[in-house]
Amino acid sequence: MLITCPYCGPRDVIEFTYQGDGNRERPQPASQDLDAWNAYVYDRLNPAGDHNEIWQHSGGCRAHLRVVRNTLTHEILSTAFARGGHKSAGHKAGGHQ
Amino acid sequence: MSPRRTETGGRIDRLRTIRFTFDGARYTGHAGDTLASALLANGVTLFGRSFKYHRPRGLLAAGVEEPNALVTVLRGEVREPNIPATMVEIYDGLVAVSQNRSPSLAWDIGALNQLGGKLLSAGFYYKTFMGPVIGPLKGTRFWMFCEHFIRRAAGLGRAGTAPDTSRYERMNAFCDVLVVGSGPAGLMAAKAAADQGARVILAELEAKFGGSANWSGETIDGASAADWAARIVGQLEGNDNVRLLPRTTVWGYYDGNTLAALERVTDHKEVPAKGEPRQRYWAIRAKTVVLATGSFERPLVFPGNDRPGVMLAHAAERYANEYGVLPGERIALFTNNDSAYRSAVTLKKAGAAVVAIVDVRSDVSNEMSRLASQAEAELLAGHAVVATEGGKAQTGLNVRRFELMSGALSGDERSIHADCLLMSGGWSPTIHLASQAGARAIWNPARQAFLPPQPTQRWIGAGAFTGSFSTAEAIAEGRAAGIQAAGGSASSAPLPVVEAVPGEPDPAPVFEIKAKGKSFVDFQHDVTAEDVRLAHREGFVSVEHLKRYTTLGMATDQGKNSNVPGLAIMAEALGKPIPEVGTTRFRPPYTAVSIGSLAAERFGDLKPDRLTPMHDWHIDNGATMFAAGLWYRPMIYGLAGETVEQAYVREAAATRESAGIVDVSTLGKIAVQGPDAAEFLDRVYTNMFSTLTVGKARYGLMLREDGLAFDDGTTWRLGEQDFLMTTTTANAGKVMQHLEYFLDVIWPELKVTVTSVTDEWAGAAIGGPKARAILAACVKGTAVDNAALPFMGIVHGEIAGVPVMICRLSFSGEMAFEVYSGAGYGMRVWEALIEAGKPFGLVAYGLEALGTMRIEKGHVTGAEIDGRTTARDLHLDWMLSKKKPFIGSAMMDREGLIAPDRLELVGLIALDNRALDGGGHIVEELDAENPHDSIGHITACCYSPALGKYIALALVKGGKGRHGTRAFVSDPLRNRFGPVEIVSNHFYDPDGSRMHG
Repeated sequence: MLITCPYCGPRDVIEFTYQGDGNRERPQPASQDLDAWNAYVYDRLNPAGDHNEIWQHSGGCRAHLRVVRNTLTHEILSTAFARGGHKSAGHKAGGHQ
Repeated sequence: MSPRRTETGGRIDRLRTIRFTFDGARYTGHAGDTLASALLANGVTLFGRSFKYHRPRGLLAAGVEEPNALVTVLRGEVREPNIPATMVEIYDGLVAVSQNRSPSLAWDIGALNQLGGKLLSAGFYYKTFMGPVIGPLKGTRFWMFCEHFIRRAAGLGRAGTAPDTSRYERMNAFCDVLVVGSGPAGLMAAKAAADQGARVILAELEAKFGGSANWSGETIDGASAADWAARIVGQLEGNDNVRLLPRTTVWGYYDGNTLAALERVTDHKEVPAKGEPRQRYWAIRAKTVVLATGSFERPLVFPGNDRPGVMLAHAAERYANEYGVLPGERIALFTNNDSAYRSAVTLKKAGAAVVAIVDVRSDVSNEMSRLASQAEAELLAGHAVVATEGGKAQTGLNVRRFELMSGALSGDERSIHADCLLMSGGWSPTIHLASQAGARAIWNPARQAFLPPQPTQRWIGAGAFTGSFSTAEAIAEGRAAGIQAAGGSASSAPLPVVEAVPGEPDPAPVFEIKAKGKSFVDFQHDVTAEDVRLAHREGFVSVEHLKRYTTLGMATDQGKNSNVPGLAIMAEALGKPIPEVGTTRFRPPYTAVSIGSLAAERFGDLKPDRLTPMHDWHIDNGATMFAAGLWYRPMIYGLAGETVEQAYVREAAATRESAGIVDVSTLGKIAVQGPDAAEFLDRVYTNMFSTLTVGKARYGLMLREDGLAFDDGTTWRLGEQDFLMTTTTANAGKVMQHLEYFLDVIWPELKVTVTSVTDEWAGAAIGGPKARAILAACVKGTAVDNAALPFMGIVHGEIAGVPVMICRLSFSGEMAFEVYSGAGYGMRVWEALIEAGKPFGLVAYGLEALGTMRIEKGHVTGAEIDGRTTARDLHLDWMLSKKKPFIGSAMMDREGLIAPDRLELVGLIALDNRALDGGGHIVEELDAENPHDSIGHITACCYSPALGKYIALALVKGGKGRHGTRAFVSDPLRNRFGPVEIVSNHFYDPDGSRMHG
């Protein structure tokens, strides 16, 4: 599996660390809404298909990426910096190289 | 001259003689021989004993698919079992032995199993090891006992116990086009892609490139196919954009067009060159893959088809043409297709007598009849072989008339005298890699074979792999695939011209001749046609069940010969066409892969180590080192004759008496810098850091998002916007990732950078009543008295001319200081401290003494912060700020995390004055026979020189409420039972008067 890091280009998956479901929303730090915290800490989507994920390029530039990956084929559909939450400003990966 | 070596011919170097041994006997062969061809040339016909029945077995094949002739290769004490003799290149001094026989290959006591053949049929293990349901042997225990002997009798080679001293390597490679297989199709593909300027890797699992060109006897562009192949390889060698990998098996096809390959770098050498690894694991990322993996000839299934002397037709052709070896003197052939006729002609030319060609088809083309006459062979069309004769070598065979449509046999048996029978049951494309890449193969009724599916990844097939069995087709498809893979446009240039023996590719749909006797489908696992039918009768109708019940295709060869015949027999039993029965998917690896090659540099001398700047000093001063992750840390500095316990007790006692010094360079160190650094730390730690003044340090605790304790350490404020965070050694990486995640993903608005500086700083912790005096003796540029350097204060100064940063903090409970310097000067500062400490009785201490003193103080480490404990469990709730939210604050007060019956940190004192062990359970009532009702467990233990007792830290239900009560340690694994007293975790100097001084 290759992930195209916007800084470093297409790199092998062993350089990356999976940092979980990218759909989670962290409640405001002072929030006492336990249900919201519970959902954030424990609930994970587990789709058979396209999945929004956070990956860290831990063996490279160490940036966190928002990656859309097909869980059935491992095809990487898009990658973008996770910073700033630009969920839609997707850098298109160059196919499934 | 060897008995079976031809006078001339072959691609071996007859001028070079190579000496080797097999089962202790000395043999010679020539450079270019495999162990199989060399032994065959020496007249050896018996190569192994079969898996279950210990039947004598000879060579079936000439390549990687060989199921019978498995050998063990010995290199000194290291043994590698189950290698096909066909894949072992001989070298001077090669020592190989046969397998699964006792006492010798020729006289094998296990052959008695043949008499009990009926008992060992399909499902034998499953049926037998259920065990009797009544009677004195009820249950499975007795059968478990028998299993030991039965498993020993059935089997392959024996693994060695000596450590493998070989070196292995891992390589990453990238290319535009990876060509797998170097027969005519693969060579053309590689050449065409290289000519387009693509970066090409050509991988060939054998030693020589060329595949079938090396033995087909065909002519390409006016030269022998073998010479043509050598010429193309020569052209590729001169190309900068081509990497040739001989002896390299591509064994796995993974997603993203990532392929795994194993290169056998020095297995064929007597002595590897300096630095050469034994094997190299290649991870290849290819933009496009050309699969030119060829095909396997299938055996026919008939009684006695496993007798030594029965061989695949093309294998014999290969032995004759490539190695100059005749597998027999009087050769018969048995076929359902045209390809065997070429084999007959080849063997005739090479000097053998071809006595008969037995063809199941009554209707044989004129061209084939002509080839039979050319081979001077009697053509028995519409016949089948029903038996073979002989013992450890074949003497003859019997044939009867055969009706193609019904499979019926008729007429009298006729016996033919022959010492070798060659069979051809058609050809199966080698589709393993395509199957691994994710799609299902498609049955082609004309070819009677599974052909590769539509690609699900970026690969292109060429040659016999696609079911195009002729060399002319292979050349055309290979070139087209190479051009396409490299992104070029189709070429109209003329193709190399092939002159080949004629023949149609489609076989007759005959897989088995049903006659009396054992007919083998899977040679390596001794599965017969009758076993397949038995499985069907017993209800195993799915191909996956068939495979598991009979173990068909589950031996080391993974059914390379047997999958299709086995499936065909199953289909017939079910009365269904083959495609409806299905085929199993192939999984990696294609052939056996050594564990060493997968471990590669992660093991042995290439494994990375992390050494502190003072490492050499520790070694020179007698430290016993302890591996902590990649780090090496001193465990004890033992004196002659000291036990570990004596050493750490001495070190800890001396520290509390005068002073001790310990290397703390391995602690994780993270620079946290920026305008929002203090705010960030307030969010990350449970306690406040924004209130910390510059030049002071504070102990901090981090929680995880779920409210459980994560890590602890001190953080030093070096400037308004400049903090140095320390973490535990083990969690340094995890904490760094944790901080980066929050800065990058959750709080991008915070202006903070975090930098790992673990390797930039060397650290020495010096503690004890004399510690301050020692520092005062060697530190320049700053005072170290209570006013200048109060508890948790930080000063800057110099030791031995080296700038240092000193923080007064204590893990040991003594008056203590951590002295940090640039890593490059760590040794100099350390030696200066040691020198300054000499008059004061300073000792160096290791991890054991460090642990002892922290247990005495009741400090927590990773043993207590184990991912299950909360701050409250560890009595660190005083650190939970109520003035601010922090990571974990919302979740830490959940019901389950504040329940009264949680495990809490306590101290234990052994009342029987014996050592305690980590992991031992604590119980209220001692019952060694039936241990029950654990109320907690021990996390850390030691002999405390300060208390003169064996003590421990433990996590126990009820915690503080049990202080002063008695309980028991119950540790049945180590047979340690005895009374303990539960006390506070602060055993020693609970009010901290020693460290505050």
